[in-house]
This record gives sequence, structure tokens and C-alpha cells, in this order.
Amino acid sequence: MKTVFEKTKGLTDAITHYCPGCTHGISHRIVGEVLEEFEVLGKTVGIASVGCSVMSYDYFNVDMIQAPHGRAPAVATGVKRVLPDNIVFTYQGDGDLAAIGTGEVVHAAARGENITVIFINNGTYGMTGGQMAPTTLLSQVTQTTPKGRDKHNDGFPIRVCEMLSTLEGVVYAERTALDSPKGVMQTKRAVKKAFKSQIEKKGFSIVEILSTCPTNWGLTAVESLKWVEKEMTEYYPLGVYKDKTDKGVF
Amino acid sequence: MKKNTYLMKGNEAIAEGAIRAGCKAFFGYPITPQTEIAAYMSNKMRESGGVYLQAESEISAINMVLGAAATGTRVMTSSSSPGISLKTETISYIAASDLPCVIVDVQRAGPGLGGIQPSQADYFQVVKALGHGDFYCLVYAPSGVGEAVEIIHKAFDKANQYRMPVIVLADGILGQMMEPVCFDDEVKQDKLVEKNWATSGHQEKRPPNIVNSLILNVNSLEQKIVDRFKKYEEIKLNEIMVEEYLIDDAEIVIIAYGSTARIAKTAVDSMRADGEKIGVLRPISLWPFPDNKIEEISKKVKNILVVEMSMGQMILDVKAVVQGRCPVDFCGRTGGNVPTPTEIIDKVSSIKKED
Repeated sequence: MKTVFEKTKGLTDAITHYCPGCTHGISHRIVGEVLEEFEVLGKTVGIASVGCSVMSYDYFNVDMIQAPHGRAPAVATGVKRVLPDNIVFTYQGDGDLAAIGTGEVVHAAARGENITVIFINNGTYGMTGGQMAPTTLLSQVTQTTPKGRDKHNDGFPIRVCEMLSTLEGVVYAERTALDSPKGVMQTKRAVKKAFKSQIEKKGFSIVEILSTCPTNWGLTAVESLKWVEKEMTEYYPLGVYKDKTDKGVF
Repeated sequence: MKKNTYLMKGNEAIAEGAIRAGCKAFFGYPITPQTEIAAYMSNKMRESGGVYLQAESEISAINMVLGAAATGTRVMTSSSSPGISLKTETISYIAASDLPCVIVDVQRAGPGLGGIQPSQADYFQVVKALGHGDFYCLVYAPSGVGEAVEIIHKAFDKANQYRMPVIVLADGILGQMMEPVCFDDEVKQDKLVEKNWATSGHQEKRPPNIVNSLILNVNSLEQKIVDRFKKYEEIKLNEIMVEEYLIDDAEIVIIAYGSTARIAKTAVDSMRADGEKIGVLRPISLWPFPDNKIEEISKKVKNILVVEMSMGQMILDVKAVVQGRCPVDFCGRTGGNVPTPTEIIDKVSSIKKED
């Protein structure tokens, strides 16, 4: 019998704890598949952050380090500087990367740290039960913005890819969305391009993945996908924000 | 092997000692009075083929240490009091992940931004609670530049032996003063133990290694902590270090560590010349604390005098051991002031008058 599909070797057999309809599982699979396709599972070190994806250290079939909240890019820097030939990635949510860890990701990017950041943007703090994130949209209702995010009180959502793409150290920055099969395939292409640039030692790469959180959004899985497509992509346009992969940043 | 003597600043000697102890990566951030460690590393660590990186914050520096430590690399950072406060979150993570690293704290006066002059007011923080949760760090307090070099080497060895953060607690005097220090002509590399726990890539030859401090099951977390405390008991048995100075016949013993112990020795020499039976006990390891030695002393002396550059922090540990067997007095300066031998001698005189 011919095998037409196999689970990637990039993931362990652990059963994930993610909620039904959450797209973390798809992002995990994409990262696992890409690492497997590049045949780098044996020399990859992943950095798990704090939030829903903290337990990703059990799911990726690579050596993993669990970092303090927001510090994954600094931990990744420590690994990469002493093991420059290994592949190092962080897997971070929006609270981790764009709130408490803003300094770490900006400076890792500014240094052109040769790491890949997988940035999951679902506009909320999932693990703690759906509070306002730095990426929560204006008027979006969360546990801590019960009347919707008010720009006068809560400020404006941060567009991470746009911000980081101004930094010289960034070789590749793309925003994708897991709102459709097409979006999944585009995300895989983006993740592949990001890791390829790291393998070729070309600089800092980031893929921002617009993702769902049906549990905290109070929507069904299907409604969540539509919400990503209709609401999130309007404020967070998809596309490539930086691509210097031909020459690299140095 | 031929040895050469160099006149070096404490901070620079600590940095050179670390490189010679096999330190391969340094992540730092400028803060007075420890910046010469980073400056020296930025030159010599690169020359020796290691990694030097100036982080964007103390927080990032210690997290880079976490990452490098997880790969099994000998790694260190250094800072001074306010910077150490910033590092404490991750020091807790490092301790909870059983990772080895060395952290140098060249203490300055606090609280807050305080001042840049020497202090020993971080004793509580460093010895008792360098972060949240149940854990300890091994803490060594050298009192001279030469000893600091020996201690930094020991710190790396013990960090790796016990898989835990080791703190070298200095102060602005030790960091800034110059003293002769001996180094071998050649740097000999220690043979390092294999670290089968390191996250350096599984090469598809073993299951993934995971460096982690999250344990949600209460019983599993309790067991992990209890096991770590068994290691701490072993450390208490094996790693206590003290220096005894003229205490055999002493009726009064001064207990002081670091730079302050040297001032106490000067005072003792002067009082000995006048026939006073007085000596100094200098804890070199602050955790583990030399409980047994202090208990033994408290049973045979008339008085104990604790001297610190603080309002009195280590004195609480001394009193807890002495348990009222003899009076425990205090002499200290704070805010960046340094106690003088005369102040110590005056304090001893007033103690004797009270007797």
C-alpha cells in the first residue's frame, strides 16, 4: 500500500492540550514539517514561551527550553551564540512577544540574531482566560475590556511585523493567517522561507501567524476562522513586510 | 608550570579568572561598580574564542545565560545590586531548571538607585531569596583579588557539580582595588563532565531533552523541590568555607565577610598588639553558612561582634546560631560608607565596658 500522508516526525506523539478550534496545532505541524523537510530536527533547539504554547516543549520533537515570560528571544540568543550551527527558534504568543517581551524581540531583531521567531497573534491572552493583549483590536471585548478595547484608555494595537521590518537586522518578516486551507499553505511557505534564511545564516526571521482562540473569543471554530479573515486581516494586513533573503542583512 | 604575578583590578582579575576556569560565554550590561568585568570580557573573551555579548538589559543578559547554560556551556554574567534585582526572576528559573551558571554581584549601596560606593546590603537578597520560590544559590564572598580568582574557578566547578547557579558576592572595594594576583603562563582547560541533559540538539540519537521549570502537578513539583533540598543538604555538609584568624585563644570574635573582614583584621592586629584576646571568623561561603563553626565559637567566647557594610543582615544568621549563648553585638556602616578599624576598636572597647 502506498503511504499518501504521515504525521510529521517534527512532532512527538504527545496529545496537545489546546482547545477545539484553536489553530496552535496547525502552527505546530507546520513548524514540525518544515524542520523535518530541512532534515534539521537533530540540531534544532526550540524555545517555548509563557502562555498557551508553554507546553509546546512536549510537542516538538526537538530539544526544548522553556523561557521566562517574554524572554524567549534572549534565551534563543544565548543558545545560538554558543551553538551557531544549530537551528534555534522561539514560539511565542502575542502577550509574550508584544507586551512583556517587546524589548527582547526588538533587540534580537536589531542584532540580526540568526534565529526564527514563530509569532502567534490571536489578539488575546489565552492561557489566563482571555484578557486584553497588545494586539487586541479596538472595540474587541475581552475579560479586561468588558466594553471593548477603548483607544483612549487602552491605546492602540501593535503591528509587530510592520514595526520589526524597520530594523536592519531583520532578513524576513511575513504575516499570514490560518483562516483557510490557502492560508495554511501560505503559512507553511512563509515558515519554510524563514527557516531557510536561518540555515543560510542571513539574519533574524519572523512569521506572524494570525490565529484563532474560539474559547476566549466566545465564537465557534468556524466563526473564529471568519473573524480572523474579516476583522483581524483588516487591521493586520497579510503579506511580506521584509525580504532580504537574497543577500542577507550583514 | 610557570606562574607570573600581575597587578590587577578586582573586576578584571575576576574576568580573567573566569576565562581561565573555562568560561566560554559572557553576557553583560553596564553598571557601576562592575563594568570592568564586561569591558575586560569584551576584549579577552573574544580573543580566547568565546562569546561576549552586551545585552539590552540585565534581564536579557541573564536569559542569554539561561540559554547558553542549557546547552552545557560554562557561562557567566555580572552586575551590581540594582541589576541583580532585575535578574532575580530568571535566576529562579535557572535554579528550577537545574542549570549551572556563575553570577558575580559587585555590591553597591541601595536601596533603589542608592549610590555607587561599596556595600554589603544585598546579603538578604543574595543569600535568602534571589528570586521567587523554594531554592538556594551557592554564595561565595572573597575578600581579596587573589582569592576572588580562586573563588571564581571554584564557582564554575561547583555550579557544574551541583547543577545550580553560584553567586560570587563582591563589593565595590573588591571590584575596584588593585592587588597582585598570580596566574599560570598557560591556560589549562579543565576536562568537563559530559552533560547528558543539555539541549544542544538530539542528533536523532536520543529523545528530546527538555529544560523546563513548569510542573503543574502539585505532588510532582513538591517531590522535585524536596529532591533539590536533599542536594542542598549535601552542599551544607561539603561546601562550607571559613577563614579563622587568631581565634584559638580569643575571648571576643569578630564575624565579618568580604572586604569588611580585612578591616576587622586590621583592627584585630592593633588590639592584639595591646594584649587583647580577639580574632576574626570570616565566612567565605555565605550559603551554606558556617553554622557549626559559629556555634562552637559561641560556646567558648565572651562576645561576638558582627561587622557589616549594612544596617545588620548577616547578624540575624549569627544570632540564630548563637541562640543567646553569648552577646552578639553589631558594628556597621551603610549607604556606601566603610567601617574603619578605629570604629571597630571603639565598639570593642564599649562592649568590654558593658561587661
